[in-house]
Parts: sequence; structure tokens; C-alpha cells
Amino acid sequence: MFKWLEKNLPKIVMAPAVGLIGWFVYGFVLWTLYISFTNSKILPKYELWGVGQYVKLWGSRKWLIAVDNLLIFTALFLIFCVVIGIILAIFLDQKIRAEGVLRTIYLYPMALSFIVTGTAWKWILNPTLGIQKMFIDWGFENFTFDWLVNREMAIYTIVIAGVWQSAGFVMALFLAGLRSVEDEIVKAAKIDGANLFTVYWKILLPMMRPVFFTSFVILVHISIKSYDLIVALTQGGPGISTTMPALYMTQTAFHKSQVGLSAASAMMMFMAVAAVIIPYLYSELRRENAR
Amino acid sequence: MKKMLIALIAFAFTSTSSFAGPKIEVLHWWTSGGEAAALKVLKDDFAANGGEWLDMPVTGGGGDAANVALKARIVAGDPPSASQIKGPTIQEYDQEGVVAPYNIDPIAQSEGWDSLLDPMIAAVHKCQNNSGPYCAAPVNIHRIDWMWANKAVFDANGISVPTSWDELNAAAEKLQAAGVIPFAHGGQAWQDATVFEAVAMGIGGNNYYKNCYVDLKETCLRSETTVKVFDQMRKLQGFTDEGSPGRDWNVATGMVIEGKAGFQIMGDWAKGEFTAAGKVPGVDYYCAPTPSNNGYLYNVDSFIFYKTSDPDKQEGQKLLAKLMMGKNFQKVFNLYKGSIPARLDVSMDEFDKCAKTSNSDIKTAGASGGLVPSFAHGMAQGNTMKAALQDVITEHFNSDMSSVDAANALADSVLDNM
Repeated sequence: MFKWLEKNLPKIVMAPAVGLIGWFVYGFVLWTLYISFTNSKILPKYELWGVGQYVKLWGSRKWLIAVDNLLIFTALFLIFCVVIGIILAIFLDQKIRAEGVLRTIYLYPMALSFIVTGTAWKWILNPTLGIQKMFIDWGFENFTFDWLVNREMAIYTIVIAGVWQSAGFVMALFLAGLRSVEDEIVKAAKIDGANLFTVYWKILLPMMRPVFFTSFVILVHISIKSYDLIVALTQGGPGISTTMPALYMTQTAFHKSQVGLSAASAMMMFMAVAAVIIPYLYSELRRENAR
Repeated sequence: MKKMLIALIAFAFTSTSSFAGPKIEVLHWWTSGGEAAALKVLKDDFAANGGEWLDMPVTGGGGDAANVALKARIVAGDPPSASQIKGPTIQEYDQEGVVAPYNIDPIAQSEGWDSLLDPMIAAVHKCQNNSGPYCAAPVNIHRIDWMWANKAVFDANGISVPTSWDELNAAAEKLQAAGVIPFAHGGQAWQDATVFEAVAMGIGGNNYYKNCYVDLKETCLRSETTVKVFDQMRKLQGFTDEGSPGRDWNVATGMVIEGKAGFQIMGDWAKGEFTAAGKVPGVDYYCAPTPSNNGYLYNVDSFIFYKTSDPDKQEGQKLLAKLMMGKNFQKVFNLYKGSIPARLDVSMDEFDKCAKTSNSDIKTAGASGGLVPSFAHGMAQGNTMKAALQDVITEHFNSDMSSVDAANALADSVLDNM
């Protein structure tokens, strides 16, 4: 009896958590999938209706705008976060003074919620309150910086705020990666006559492959799910120009009373996240098995 | 020991099951200042009539959070006794089968609601496609088509209250030339739609409004008149300042109060901001209907009463419906809220100038066919269609889309969501 307990205790302890996650995560994913095939309006209905909601979704202008925005945002967010993160990490890696302080400063935005970031940037970017007003007050009468209220440019303000928040995190990942490289490799390269640029470009960064991969997965799923940043910064405006899939989903379910359509958009987002995460998990697991 | 146990059991019973009387659970989002104070009047009335009130306030997002909570309760099969729901959404819930068998209808009949309400407003509160028994009670009537103007700014520029859209444009141009922001506007989708419906009723006329935005006729939506309405929207957009997109409505009202801007087009809840700043209508500011042919865009807040099998709660629903439509609550609540009573027979003596105008205008509009439901505030259309219209209006207002394209996009968006 005691032996049995000892052997099975971990399983018994884990069982409630596994059960809860199974139901509240995977159970509701399946529920949402089912609802996306029904004609649910204000409340969920359970008669199957076919793929009508998906047809409607991909015929909706607003959804197409949301998908466009997602692609623009994800691409820029990813590129800028990684480039800025790497540059900061390399600078910090030069054994400089007060590294701890600087590292904290760069990492600190990560401690804020996107709502706070969004609200602060909303004020900074607002042409009548923020940067534009400051320059005009300084005497640059013709200075304009109105991206936030310009429908063509507003999506880029979301990129700015997102990068400001997340670049420090990427820096921390890369810094940890760079620090884990053994000194001998760098020394050997230097003896062979490589300059600092070559050391990073040809040796260290290629060794950071897993870090690139991790940042990619984390940043992409942040960007697919991004909701709070947009709510705080633009609320999808001006007009509907900065709508993103997550915002589309909540608006459709709770403002437009289109629960079925909203479930369809949720499934599209789910598949997008899965498309990124599954290959990552697969490669990770394969590497572990290979060991 | 035994005695104590018995005493305990007896106590437990008296404290839990002793209550038998009207009981109500109310889901609402009236938690701020005036609304909370007004609701307290209702709660006190309810208690004075021997009822037990279970409060279920859910704040956040102007009712968004409350609607999420409500849906969760309904899906779980346990709806509250009453909640804040209005307009065609009442019918949507009825069609889901969660309202019948209409517990409050006997009260509505015995109190004679049919004679106390304007027939159009009464119909909103009748289930089974607006013609069956009463299933909801109105608490107020908001007017949407108001223009709030700073009197000092208007006087300084020699402007009087405009009575046509051309006059309004001329006044705005004058203000712009004088370096004042003419039109204080918050560029959020619902605010764009609020202005749009006032313009549509004013420029297109009451019948145009009904054809297009109540009956959703395609030919009307694509018509030359819709193009003109969008043209006027484009002009108004030129009168806003560049900080407008995303601004909250009360910040825009603040600009008018401080004299930074000339006027705002917003429902009568804007009056609360003027009152809070100690401003007097007619002295410090104008409250005037936007130009129209005796039109009146209404927005009524209502409470819907769900089905319940608990006899105590059924009694509670009847009592609450009676008190809500009572003269006392209708008066007190609307004094706080800035709107006017839904009941037509409440004395307006204690109300201010703006509310009196609203009360006399609604009677004129009712008689002349100008009383029309607001679509921007969910009175003319359900949420789906409201959002379909709103998306196009806000997209046009915030871009350089041509008026013809906008009219066609409006019709397409409506057809897509039929």
C-alpha cells in the first residue's frame, strides 16, 4: 500500500491540475471549434450550420484589415525587437561599468503591462499633447508627427510601443546566450586574427540559433494575441485601421452579438499560433530525444 | 449541549428561510455618482415595500463587462431577475427563450403603461416582436441629436444657434478663422456614428432616416441623399482638431466648457459635465437640437425581466417594474441622469431648461412623425447591424474615402449582415 502510494503519488498530485487544464483549456478549445460551425448569434446555439461562419469571416473587410495588420505588426515587431535586442546585448556584453543598472533599465519595460505601455505611448504620440506639441512649443512650427491619428501610419505606432516593451526581453535572452559561450572560443578566434565584428558575426551569433528560435516563438505568439496594447493605444482606430484579430474577436462576440463568427476568428488565431508553436515543440522534443 | 444544538438549528432556520416576500436580483452597471444615487432611491423604495434587493453591479466598459456576466449567467441557466438591456436586444433575448412567460405583463396592464408611454416607446418594451406582452420597463429617454455650444465663444464671434446645416457650417468656418476649434469631437466609432445619425436625420429628413436606418432599404442607403450626408460628415471632420481620434466624449465636452472649442454633438448625458462644472444652460452654454425637421432621436434605457420559477422573485419582478415606472423614480432618476422621464405625465417643474426642451420636443416629434430610434445607441437595430453601419461610418470619417464609395460600402455592409 505504502509502496503503491509512493510510486503513484506524483500522478495523484498532478491529476487535478491535468484534469482542470484538460477541461478548461482543451475542452474549451473543442467547444469553440464546435461553436464556430454553428449559427450562434447573441448566445451559443448547438445546431450545426456548416462552414458558413468561415466563409463570412474571410469575406469581411474588417477581418482582412485585421489580418493585414497582423502581418505588418508581426514582421516589424519581430525584426526590430531582435535587431535592437541583439545590439543592446552585444553592447552590454563588452564588460562595461554599471552593467547591472543598464540591464535593469532596458529590461524594465517588460515589468509593465501592455495597458500601461499603451496609455503612456498614447499620450506621447498624441499630436496635441506629446512629441509634436513639444517640438512646436520649442519653435519648430512646422514639425509634424501625427502617426497615431493618421490611419495609414497608426499601425506603426503600435509597433513602436510593442518594440519598446519587448526589445529588452530579447536583449536578456541574447545576453544570457552570449554569456554561456565559453571564453576560449572567443580567445582562439582573436588569436587567429579575427576582429570583434567578425567574432560576433561569424562565430557567436551563429551559435545563438536556439535563442533566435526561442525569441521568434515568444514574439510571434505575443503579436498574434496582442489585444491590450491596441485597446489602450488606438482602440482599433482611427476608424477601423488598426483592428487586429484578437480585437476583432472580442468585438464580434460581445459588441456585435455574433458568437459563431467570433468563434471562427478565434479558431483562425488558434491555428496561426499552432502553426508557430508545433514545429517549435517538435524540434525541441526531437533534440531531447536525440540526447 | 442538546438544548444548544436545538437552539442553533432553530436559529439557522430562522435566519435563512424566514424570508418570504418580493425578492429581486438586479444586474446593472449604474455605479458612478448620479446613477448610483438614483438607484439608491429605487432600492429604498423597494425595501420600504417589503422587498429584498440582491445587488449585482458589474462595472467596466460602459456595460460591456455586465453583458459578458449576463451571458455567462444565461448560458449557465441561471439568469438574474432583471438586467439593463435595451432596444431590439430585448427581442433577441426573447427569441432565445429566456424571457417568457413575461411575469411583469399583468402589472403593466393594471398600471396602464399603454397610456403612460408614447406608442413607439411602448412597443420597444413588448416582447414577441414588439406587439406581445410587456417584458421590459423603460426608465428614461435620452435625446441624441443635441448640439452643446459655448455661449461666450459664440457671442464673441457673433454667432447665434444655427438652424440649418449650412448655417452650422458657416458658423464653424467663422470659428476656424478666429482660431477656435469649431467642433469638439472624440474620434471613436460610436461617437462618429452619433454625429452621423444626427446629420442623417437633419439632412435627409425623418422619412429618409426611417427608410435607411430603421428599415435598411438598399435603394435608400445607396441614394444621392446618403452621399450628401457623407459630404456633410466630411465637412464636419474638417472642423475637428488633430487630437480628435480616440478622444473620450467627456474630454471633448470639457473643450467646449473651457471655451477651447465651439460646439459638440452628443446625447444629453453631456449635460452632466456642464452641470458638474457649475455651468447654467442658456447663460453659459446652449443646448439646442441639431438642425432637423422636428426630428427627435431617442435612446431609452430599459430593464428586462427574465423568466424565473421562484414565486418570491416573480413578486419581486412585479414590484420592481411598478416602482421603476412610478412617478417618483422616473423623476428623481432623470434629474440625476440628464435625460427625461419615459412616462409622459411626470411634472417637469424641477427639471432644467434643456430637459424641458427635450420633453416638449418629443411630444411635437411624436405627433409629426419625427420621433425616430437612434441606431448608434442600439435602438433601431440589433448589435450586429449597428456594428455593420458603425464600421463604415467611422472608416469614412477617418479616411479620404469618397462619399459615393461610402454610401455603397454602407449598403454592402448592411447586405452582408442581413
